[in-house]
Amino acid sequence: MDDPTSMTDSPITTVAPGWAIVALGILGALAVTAAVLDGALAARARGGPGGKMGGPVRPFGEAARLMRQRRRTTVEADRLLWRIGGAGLLVTAALMVTVVPLGEWTIFDLDVGVMWFNAMDVMVWALVWLTGWGANSAHSLVGGYRFLAHGLGYELPLMFALVAPAIAAETLNVGAVAAAQEGLWFAVWMPVAFLVYLLGVAAFSVWGPFAPAIGTDVSGGARAELSGVDRLVFEAGRYALLAAGAAFAVPMFLGGGAGPLLPGWAWVLVKTVALLAVLVWLRRRLPAFRPDKFMEVGWMLLLPAVLLQDLVVAVIAVWRS
Amino acid sequence: MLTDIAFWGIGLVAVLGGAAVFYVDSMARATYALALSFVAVGMQVLFLQQNYVGVVTILMMVMEMAIMAVYMVMFMGMNPALMPMSMVHSNKTAIAVALTTFLALATGILMVDWPTRRGSPPPDVTMALGESLMGPKMLVMAVISPVMVATIVAGVVLAAHRTRYDRFGDDLKQRPADDPQPGGVGR
Repeated sequence: MDDPTSMTDSPITTVAPGWAIVALGILGALAVTAAVLDGALAARARGGPGGKMGGPVRPFGEAARLMRQRRRTTVEADRLLWRIGGAGLLVTAALMVTVVPLGEWTIFDLDVGVMWFNAMDVMVWALVWLTGWGANSAHSLVGGYRFLAHGLGYELPLMFALVAPAIAAETLNVGAVAAAQEGLWFAVWMPVAFLVYLLGVAAFSVWGPFAPAIGTDVSGGARAELSGVDRLVFEAGRYALLAAGAAFAVPMFLGGGAGPLLPGWAWVLVKTVALLAVLVWLRRRLPAFRPDKFMEVGWMLLLPAVLLQDLVVAVIAVWRS
Repeated sequence: MLTDIAFWGIGLVAVLGGAAVFYVDSMARATYALALSFVAVGMQVLFLQQNYVGVVTILMMVMEMAIMAVYMVMFMGMNPALMPMSMVHSNKTAIAVALTTFLALATGILMVDWPTRRGSPPPDVTMALGESLMGPKMLVMAVISPVMVATIVAGVVLAAHRTRYDRFGDDLKQRPADDPQPGGVGR
């Protein structure tokens, strides 16, 4: 038995595990940025700052309020599974960014980093459902199942969207995928895969069009009974997932740290923040996908489209080699 | 040393998670105890340098358990899945079968002469595993997969009580189709 983190011929330096704290800090800062931006956009949509704690400072006001709130309890709640579900989103987001290289450094230079990310985003299926299940409340359970209904529709297109850069780069190592985009970003010549990937990011963050799982029409869905710190951690997890998804798109589709003047790590952050801003902004621009109808959209439109994209990429990859 | 402890620790989690499936009294807990057990197995496979196989095991098993949660509520009559319930039945037979199997396998392990290692692991163990599993049988595998998919589709078609005449009318001209569950793309 050797070290599980086997090295490959990737152009990336693995940093000491202690740097994971810094990675967590960056992820946290990105999540807060997303929340601040969302607060500002919410205030603009309402046409005013919306009270004392509205606008860009809303996330801080919410955090302070939730930390002081007494925890709501429900009868016969499955507390263990409930807590695992609520806290797991944040952990999953942290595990996702371990394989994302910041310029030339990474924490976990796994040779199958793309699969790792994919495995982590599948974790969200379990976690959101567990959050819905644990509370032993009808609305909450409905929310959990709504998420699974969306999941059945978005997951396969997302998987095949991740396949396209991997085929073109002929590797599953995230750093090597980024390095394979010398000159032309994958987002430019595989736009369908890129768009479907972004849709997938919104989906596993229970964000925007995929928010019916936590919709107000089922009084908050999966998070209906979450209160106090539990709710804070759940919401932080959603923003962190959105940030992790945006960060992973940078090496996969946006050339990693490539760019003029600035060093690689700065470009990764700039691109991540830009993409994150787009995702946050899209929340109020797209209609909700109905969970009962999205399955067919996923399988009849997205899946064939992204499979065609994979075919085109594969033909180009074979022709180039 | 540290890796050895981690490997055996994860092995313990896998076994205990598997045992918990039969000990807990809720379908949700049983399902996710099984998921935990499989995640631990996937991590052990990572320790064996089979990175791809390990990560795919984690991915597939977590997804499968989430799907199981859907079936759990869909197909269990009167929804015992939502209530506390025992995860075991036919206890006496099960104990007898389990003990016999365990004793047979344990005897086999103790009786048989263990082979000594020949050669050394190849640099890419995943590739080597794939070749030794599939290598000369690739054609068979490639033929079997579409046959299996066709079997699944045929099975579902035969099992469904609604036919195309129910969907499209007697002359198959009715559009959009008359479905109890409307689709998302307006067919």
